[in-house]
Amino acid sequence: MTSPDLLWVYLTQSPLLWLTATLAAYAVGHALHLRAGGNPLVNPVAIAVILLVGVLTVTGTDYATYFDGAQFVHFLLGPATVALAVPLWRNRAEVRRRLVPMAVALLVGSVTAVVSAVGVASLLGAAPQTMLSLAPKSVTTPIAMGVAERIGGLPSLTAVLVILTGIVGAMVATPLLNAVGLSNDPRKGDWAAGGFAMGIAAHGIGTARAFQVHPLAGTFAGIAMGLNGLLTAILVPVLITLF
Amino acid sequence: MVNALLALLLCQLAGEALVRATDVPVPGPVLGLVLLLGALALLRAVRGPESGDVPEPLEKVSAGLLSHLSLLFVPAGVGVMVHAQRIAADWLPLTVALIVSTVVTIAVSAVVFKLVDRALSRRRTPQAPQ
Repeated sequence: MTSPDLLWVYLTQSPLLWLTATLAAYAVGHALHLRAGGNPLVNPVAIAVILLVGVLTVTGTDYATYFDGAQFVHFLLGPATVALAVPLWRNRAEVRRRLVPMAVALLVGSVTAVVSAVGVASLLGAAPQTMLSLAPKSVTTPIAMGVAERIGGLPSLTAVLVILTGIVGAMVATPLLNAVGLSNDPRKGDWAAGGFAMGIAAHGIGTARAFQVHPLAGTFAGIAMGLNGLLTAILVPVLITLF
Repeated sequence: MVNALLALLLCQLAGEALVRATDVPVPGPVLGLVLLLGALALLRAVRGPESGDVPEPLEKVSAGLLSHLSLLFVPAGVGVMVHAQRIAADWLPLTVALIVSTVVTIAVSAVVFKLVDRALSRRRTPQAPQ
């Protein structure tokens, strides 16, 4: 029989351990989310991240070792983004009917996301590099990191702020949209408006949450995520000169 | 199943290649999404409007990927541990900025969408004279 020490050495050198841990942590988060009756405040991503950071800290494992295993899950983000074409295609009639509201909401929402984040952080005295890393926080990770790099932020800090933004968006969206009177109306326009807003503000995690609420909300969130990524890449370098 | 996965990966690969070749500021997968959309439109044009909308295996694979989309963000989220110090140093401005900005952005975008949508549909269906 192998000694526990050697077994640990074997496990930490194979990607299997942290891949399994990632799925296990998410399974716990998902189970708690269901147990709480689907309450958006009990967010599976937040729970999984807290659990994993705890385990990694206790075992003295660094992020690079963890990512060796977790990269297989991370990789699936690409194919999943491509797969958003399927619900988009199925709902194309609905989407075509709302091109104008989408364009206006996109422009207003994109500017709001950048200006409000950098404005508040600047008022509260955040370090300049933190502010620059925060500016593209509402868009999907690869675009946000590229933008941060171009304007002098820290791309890896931006990646984390992007995920935190997504978690906040997924938590607040449902009660917030109810509060502004957009969720209880049975008319379909509300799924579109609410979903689109979630995609603008909270990229893929907002989109994941929108799909849980309604397929049409998810579809519009997916479109908003793609379009806002594009617009933010163009707008942020211009907007940041205002501060 | 294999063909559906292949379709997704091919679209992503073509997207990544196009991004590298043209320097557009879009991630490869987003361009891949546009390509898959084009492929679905082409498929319908070839098979005629009576055919099923999306091939069933593709429907299943994409539904599987999208039903647990949030799982895929966990590895990047764990990166929070790398920046624990900077986040701790700026925790107040970061927390307030993230929450305020996300709340305001969702509310403003949703309300603007709704108002424009309502204004347009009113114009499309003329009101009866008072």
